[in-house]
Amino acid sequence: MKKSLSVLFALLAVALTVGTAFRFAPAEDGYQVGDKAADFKLKNVDGKMVSLAGNAAAKGYIVVFTCNTCPYAKAYEDRIMALNQKYAAQGYPVLAINPNDPQVAPGDSYADMQKRAKDKQYAFPYLLDETQNVARAFGATRTPHVYVLQRTGQDFKVAYIGAIDNNTEDANAATQRYVEDAMSQLLAGQAVQTSSTKAIGCTIKWKKKA
Amino acid sequence: MNKFLRLPALLLLLAAAPAARAQQVRVVKLPALQQLLQRPTDTTYVVNFWATWCKPCIEELPHFEQLRAKYARQKVQVLLVSLDFPSKLDAKVRPFVQKQGLKSRVWLLNETDQNAYIDAIDRQWSGALPFTLVLNNARQRRQRFEQPLTLAALEKAVLAVQAP
Repeated sequence: MKKSLSVLFALLAVALTVGTAFRFAPAEDGYQVGDKAADFKLKNVDGKMVSLAGNAAAKGYIVVFTCNTCPYAKAYEDRIMALNQKYAAQGYPVLAINPNDPQVAPGDSYADMQKRAKDKQYAFPYLLDETQNVARAFGATRTPHVYVLQRTGQDFKVAYIGAIDNNTEDANAATQRYVEDAMSQLLAGQAVQTSSTKAIGCTIKWKKKA
Repeated sequence: MNKFLRLPALLLLLAAAPAARAQQVRVVKLPALQQLLQRPTDTTYVVNFWATWCKPCIEELPHFEQLRAKYARQKVQVLLVSLDFPSKLDAKVRPFVQKQGLKSRVWLLNETDQNAYIDAIDRQWSGALPFTLVLNNARQRRQRFEQPLTLAALEKAVLAVQAP
């Protein structure tokens, strides 16, 4: 009996190890809702480095992976600016991050980002993810791709992942405003009801492997 | 006919001739696409999701055209599903298909609720373009690629999916 029990435990241990290994398979890489986001330090268009911890007043962030060139990112640009306008004062500023490799996407270079931020008068940081490590850590796949982070003590927890709303072409025709709904619920101290959505977007322009 | 008008008319005819052989764009709703994706036949479907605004999509389109030509005698069907806004059908999609002379079937998905249709098409798709499904329901095989593909990569997927 004892022997069969120990065999059972051994099998269970193997099963757990294998199960864990599969859970970390590449397809599932990146943050899920509820995960803690690791801090990062990226260069803003003003030349200064920006981190999550750097803004002590932030209750959280609306992190948006976006870029200059993707037509879907462009379609949402004004809506991203409006999100910052609405929520920065309430403690949740927008952090825009461009993860594209300018070698693959000319028009997404640091200089182009600086120009875009100036032309459109971005009131929020527009950060360059030069190594693409932040996009990889988050599990971002496309632009635009939103992650709402909520501060819990020293940590930032992922509260929402996905789309801004459900109508890319016409903001006024959107019947679901996912980020705004998530923000209302967070600010009211409630759990986010629709915490994960999908949307069409441009594939992040990953660096070509040497 | 006025002889000054004859030449332009002839030129128009010549210009229209190759275009006439390109595919017509069919506008579909989600159920029509789902029906195709679920067909229980021993046909391998190569379904590419693209848009005229998506540069890497445009660059890989010739590979789908080459694949279609190469496997025309086999049970391999290529379908190009445009995710352009339906409002761009006449301004962008139709002219593009004509200009490129695309021979593969082209559909335009007339849906706006991306969060609903992406999962309905494939739960493992994040929504990034380009996206390609290679599937054979009789053999219960499905491969998905959220990246641009070469002709070699496409052929490899087709052979794997339709293997006995």
